[in-house]
Amino acid sequence: MARKITFQQAVNEALAQEMERDETVVLMGEDIAGGTGGEGEMDAWGGPLGITKGLYSKFGDRVMDTPISESAFVGAAVGAATAGLRPVVELMFIDFMGVCFDQMFNQAAKFRYMFGGKAETPVVVRTMFGAGLRAAAQHSQCLYPVFTHIPGLKVVVPATPYDVKGLLIQSIRDNDPVIFCEHKMLYTLEGEVPEEPYTIPFGEANITREGGDVTIVTLGRMVHIANEAATNLAKDGIECEVIDLRTTSPMDQDSILESVESTGRLVVLDEATPRCNIATDISALVCQEAFDALKAPIRMVTAPHVPVPFNDTLEDLYIPDAAKVETAVRAVMEHRQ
Amino acid sequence: MQLSKDDLLKAYRIMRTVREFEERLHVEFATGDIPGFVHLYAGEEASAAGVCMHLTLKDKIASTHRGHGHSIAKGCDVHAMMAEIFGKASGLCGGKGGSMHIADLDKGMMGANGIVGAGSPLACGAALAAKRLGNGGVAVAFVGDGGSNQGTTFESLNLASVWNLPCVFVVENNGYAEATSSKWSIACDDVADRANGFGMPGVVVDGHDFFAVHEAAGEAIKRARNGEGPSMIEVKFTRYYGHFEGDAQTYRAADEIKTLRGTKDCLDIFAEKVTAAALVEQAELAAIDEEAKALIDDATAQARAAPNPGAAELLTDVYISY
Repeated sequence: MARKITFQQAVNEALAQEMERDETVVLMGEDIAGGTGGEGEMDAWGGPLGITKGLYSKFGDRVMDTPISESAFVGAAVGAATAGLRPVVELMFIDFMGVCFDQMFNQAAKFRYMFGGKAETPVVVRTMFGAGLRAAAQHSQCLYPVFTHIPGLKVVVPATPYDVKGLLIQSIRDNDPVIFCEHKMLYTLEGEVPEEPYTIPFGEANITREGGDVTIVTLGRMVHIANEAATNLAKDGIECEVIDLRTTSPMDQDSILESVESTGRLVVLDEATPRCNIATDISALVCQEAFDALKAPIRMVTAPHVPVPFNDTLEDLYIPDAAKVETAVRAVMEHRQ
Repeated sequence: MQLSKDDLLKAYRIMRTVREFEERLHVEFATGDIPGFVHLYAGEEASAAGVCMHLTLKDKIASTHRGHGHSIAKGCDVHAMMAEIFGKASGLCGGKGGSMHIADLDKGMMGANGIVGAGSPLACGAALAAKRLGNGGVAVAFVGDGGSNQGTTFESLNLASVWNLPCVFVVENNGYAEATSSKWSIACDDVADRANGFGMPGVVVDGHDFFAVHEAAGEAIKRARNGEGPSMIEVKFTRYYGHFEGDAQTYRAADEIKTLRGTKDCLDIFAEKVTAAALVEQAELAAIDEEAKALIDDATAQARAAPNPGAAELLTDVYISY
């Protein structure tokens, strides 16, 4: 039965249900319980935002605090995944990939191919990303394009409480390494979520709004910005089709191409910085596969090519908003062939 | 620990097989028929054999660039290994891994590794899995003197102690990280000195002496199996060849290798000890020498004759294609 819970509660529930179902699922990360070794409360934090709060109380030492040693514990999660566990390891902020990237892209991503198909590495790296929390340049980036570039990794970027639960359960049950990217501004978002466990397959985009004039392809927090823009544009009679990718690897190319074949116009909205991001990738795909369908040049709405600023006015300017999306949509609508 | 005669013969067979494998690769690589790089383990055999003699299938090892010896000692198929190094379809990884990525998870061999220091966190993970699953297994991280300076190794030593993991770190100090002397690149006298700082025992052993390695490894592995936590063993010895094949080794003293081969060879020392103590006959060792040579002859011939992977293999063993 569905009821309204937050994105954050949906993550916690997915983890709890999978840990109940499968004893080999273990969690590790910095302060995911909090309090280990101290004289005060155990399970004091549940991660810095309380996402995993309560899981230690339910599952005891299957929820493991770690030293601040991302290379060691992300690598340990990868090693444990080849040896019979299904670790879900929390990389507190995606920006911290800089100190453990080898374990993800040279180790986990490569084993299956490099060992001739004989290795499975069922590890999930849950990580928080995105701007909006005034967390500045080293805690706010959208680095999913970096992981999407690497063959052997699956990359998930959920947008809603319903999706985050279903996609996280799918990730834990998957036998390949998954980078699971949670936008920090979505944790308090509420939505209908079934109580029982369910999965959402990778590589199936979600069309959040149908429309015949312009296709907007997006992901993560930007899905909500796209929907807001589409609602505003509809008042002027412009009907947008909004595609939430859900996963960038694998990517649902068919849904993108079918929509562009129908609308003939494309705006790609991506919070990542503009070079070699998801927006450029999709633009290239559409140019190659559906060029003849296009009635106007593709427009990309992204962050500017700068680090994320701290100041709130500057950060708000940095993040793509509905107004920028509306401008892009109007531009493609007004283009004359 | 007293070794049975069967164990002595097994240890000698492992070391001789590794030596024969590596000496053959040295010759074969010079023909130009082996693609890529190979990093030979000749001279270091007592370490792989001395450690892996204590391990069973449920135990895991994470290896290094110089992984052929560890693989053979852990039970990987020698024919499939040779075919892999030639890049053939019959190779242990279907020709997709090569020398630096030889692995056989079914044998508990988690892979040679192209990234220096990357094995330590993986071994921690395998040790964690053994502990959680309660299967009595241990994990061994083989680390070179180069890898001993990587942050991954420092972090892993700490994590292994903090989590009390059944993990043993075997630091194989062959004197050179690529072309740089470990006497210069390691800031303390012995890598084993660092173990204490991570809350675990650390010992230095003479890596030319199988029995010294075997005894130290036995203690460390027993400690790990008993839930008493991780240990470090620093094995000091030398390598007979360069960092990789083709390395002219001008950074070494002119007669260094010749002297060590003549006075410190682990196979010679082993043979001398066991025959002097009348534990094994010289003829029994000679028979193993012949068998190892025949095995490597056959493995090399089969690897050379084996087909390359088909073009379709390019796109298999990865979950997605665009």
